[in-house]
Amino acid sequence: MSANGSGIGASVKRKEDTRFLTGRGRYTDDINLPGQLYGYILRSPVAHANIGGIDTSAAAAAPGVHAIFTGSDMEGVGGIPTGWLIHSKDGEPMVEPGHPALALGKVRYVGDCVAIVVAETSEQAKSAANLIEVDYQELPAVASIEAAEADGAAQVFDEAPGNVCYDWEVGDRAATDAAFEEATHVVSIDVVNNRLIPNAIEPRAAIANYDPATGDYTLYTTSQNPHLIRLLLGAFVLGLPEHKLRIVAPDVGGGFGSKIPHYAEEAILTWTAGQLGRPVKWTCERIDAFKSDTHGRDHISTARLALDADGKFLGLHVSTKANLGAYLSTFATCVPTYLYGILFAGPYTTPAVYCEVKSFFTNTVPVDALRGAGRPEATYLLERLVEKAAVELGMDRVEIRRKNFIREFPYQTPVALQYDQGDYDATLDLALKASDWAGFEARRAESAARGKCRGIGISTFIEACGIAPSAVVGSLGARAGLYESGSVRVHPTGSVSVFTGTHSHGQGHETTFAQIVSDMLGVDFEAVDVVHGDSAKIPFGMGTYGSRSLAVGGTAIYLAVEKVIEKGKKIAAHLLEASAEDIEFENGSFTVAGTDRSKSLGEVALTAYVPHNYPAGLEPGLEETAFYDPLNFTFPAGTHVAEVEVDPETGEVEVVAVTGADDVGRIINPMIVDGQLHGGLAHGIGQALLEECLYQDDGQLQTGSYLDYTMPRAADLPSFNINHNTTLCTHNPLGVKGVGEVGSIGVPPAVINAVIDALRPLGVNDMAMPATSQRVWQAIQQAQG
Amino acid sequence: MPTVTMTVNGMERSGNVEGRTLLVEFLREHLGLTGTHVGCDTSQCGACVVHVNGTSVKSCTCLAAQADGAEVTTIEGLANGSDLHPMQEAFREHHGLQCGFCTPGMVMSAVDLANQNSDPSEHEVREWLEGNLCRCTGYHNIVKAVQAGAKAMGGGS
Ligand code: FES
Ligand code: FES
Repeated sequence: MSANGSGIGASVKRKEDTRFLTGRGRYTDDINLPGQLYGYILRSPVAHANIGGIDTSAAAAAPGVHAIFTGSDMEGVGGIPTGWLIHSKDGEPMVEPGHPALALGKVRYVGDCVAIVVAETSEQAKSAANLIEVDYQELPAVASIEAAEADGAAQVFDEAPGNVCYDWEVGDRAATDAAFEEATHVVSIDVVNNRLIPNAIEPRAAIANYDPATGDYTLYTTSQNPHLIRLLLGAFVLGLPEHKLRIVAPDVGGGFGSKIPHYAEEAILTWTAGQLGRPVKWTCERIDAFKSDTHGRDHISTARLALDADGKFLGLHVSTKANLGAYLSTFATCVPTYLYGILFAGPYTTPAVYCEVKSFFTNTVPVDALRGAGRPEATYLLERLVEKAAVELGMDRVEIRRKNFIREFPYQTPVALQYDQGDYDATLDLALKASDWAGFEARRAESAARGKCRGIGISTFIEACGIAPSAVVGSLGARAGLYESGSVRVHPTGSVSVFTGTHSHGQGHETTFAQIVSDMLGVDFEAVDVVHGDSAKIPFGMGTYGSRSLAVGGTAIYLAVEKVIEKGKKIAAHLLEASAEDIEFENGSFTVAGTDRSKSLGEVALTAYVPHNYPAGLEPGLEETAFYDPLNFTFPAGTHVAEVEVDPETGEVEVVAVTGADDVGRIINPMIVDGQLHGGLAHGIGQALLEECLYQDDGQLQTGSYLDYTMPRAADLPSFNINHNTTLCTHNPLGVKGVGEVGSIGVPPAVINAVIDALRPLGVNDMAMPATSQRVWQAIQQAQG
Repeated sequence: MPTVTMTVNGMERSGNVEGRTLLVEFLREHLGLTGTHVGCDTSQCGACVVHVNGTSVKSCTCLAAQADGAEVTTIEGLANGSDLHPMQEAFREHHGLQCGFCTPGMVMSAVDLANQNSDPSEHEVREWLEGNLCRCTGYHNIVKAVQAGAKAMGGGS
């Protein structure tokens, strides 16, 4: 690979920026189709009720109304499926209740879809919806894990006794128990991982169209994975063949996991467009987004760490309860299991690890992936526990981590993963230096002189990205493969279109992938465009989540480029009257080895499309597709350090410094990589200090707007100190790992460890997320008695 | 329905709107200027910021009728032909945007700040952006972009 000004490793400015900066982005709500109608989704105002009846007569007579559909109209249409089958400890499959797109007989959370009203204008649809009379016969609700598991709790589904979906485990329980018997010290911790609302700034939206002349359906939707939606919506819900269903996810304004799932509204809209033969558009209002976009996290855990006299970890035992919400969203069931339990080795050599997870249905919004998805929950628990162990054993917080680091690779963990590569000492050293860890006590004293409590916290972590291989995830219950596709089309005069099955909703794929192709083919960066998001244009792909796009999708593109080069060599060999084996390709030229005889990529491409003088038996054209099924997860790792200052009078926590030292594998575009880290760190600090989704006991959402749910704003955050130490992934050709979720995984425990460190002199030894000023102030008051 | 007339991005535009029509609806739906975004319904996110008579305004909290007779500039009107406005250029240069959804509001808001303060400190930028939410960037690069853009503007747009 050649390093050029816009190639691999260069901070190229983004291709997508000009359109976004000039107002020419094309998001779903910017699209209008001729003759379109507007849909409004009427949602349940109660958490749990039998529907005695629905009277739509007044609404149907309201001005502009074309149609109203309720659950009984859609009866017989398939329910919304879930993507991963989990088996319980006893080998039984999870309880998998149906999820009708429009509620049928019962509503199960505030926000459940009850009816769609279709009218000439969105105002008319909304006003008419207010005239629908629904007879809600209220039932007791369970709005939390504690309520769901209580004796005599209301049942969300009759078929799920005790509201349990599954009771899963990973690791060797007997070996872990034995480790505890040998232990000199046992340290335990109880933690809650607070429930979050994703809040991409673009609300969800969709427009469905049906062409009666051809029988073709088109759905524009705010999705991270258009083909996945096509598969679920087409094959499982509506029974439409793929060639009659086109899904377009155009510019999408952030996802963070909340735009992975196949949502009921997508099915309702598409079905409704089919019924009416006209386009129907729906845009979610923010107030409805709070109660219908999938939520994230929501765990209650207790864990114990067994240590020997020297502070070596001997065993880890984790018991977690997870809230899945009212229905099983697309990846809901695997987030607290295969994206969580298998992370508990962390960067440590703990020889015996056991994790059990019991997941519950509740009368709350379905819970699914949110930036990090399972891995932040695991990392938070582990890094809080390790920190607590250091304090209880009187050990240095850094040394206890260093003492237990994995240093030999590949490393087989006791919880299924095999880490291929890493250097945890290097990122730890880098973070200590970059954060001036050694100089902290002076800063603490300086703060104290101003009446402030300063604390510093650390977390050393790994993550697992680019989930794979398909055969393995299939054996664990995944109902999809997790490969990716890439196509590279070299046009007759040498410019290039790249088609990827991943989807960019902020990650800058149009730039990063173009850098890879431009670098490999030696063509101008400007001559490469990346196409994504339209099932009619791109090969089948699995989309973007789990920091998979570069490691899996980028590799598919890499392999497709290699195929293009191989074919180009045959064409060049013919033109140069040499053998293909003797052709070398570099910097855009095919050269006969050891000579100066060469053909440019442009000449070869033109020959491929105007094949007058052409190798016998070779197909014309210069376009190749590759599907890549990864051999393993990738394992980014790093150390995050947070420094906070707490005002003991008010409990207010200020994050004064955040330092990241990350190993995300080979970096294609440093500017974009750092931007991903910044965003993840902000999300993680939001979880640690500000964000919390709260429900009342009756299942009413308490934090249902930006007035009640605290999003991190510019003034809440510091600038970030980002550092890199790179080891290459050993099993993909680019050596890349992934970066999109790192910040939200690594930083929350560092922040909370810092808050506790600040308050320990006041007698505070524990702190829950979010560490709001109120919570911190109360903890100080309690500790001071 | 009353008629409103305003100068939008230098051109006089009129339309018949209902009394309750918001400025953002007029811009997006009547004029097709979809660069101005809607991210919330409680006036909290700032995705909808435009300039009315040179000052940044959340167009979701302003009626179209209130802008009758006004000079309105949206993100579409900021660049000079194919030359980006210095604030747009600074956002590009400093990677102050990812998904781009908050971006029009951020840029319009930033231009207003820069018109008042050509050399804002990091603290001043962070305080100024109180009304603009971004979920992607963590604000780090937005802050850098606004500072650089303000300098490049040199005290005027
Ligand atoms: S749309 Fe959110 S403030 Fe205007
Ligand atoms: S760039 Fe996506 S919300 Fe700001």
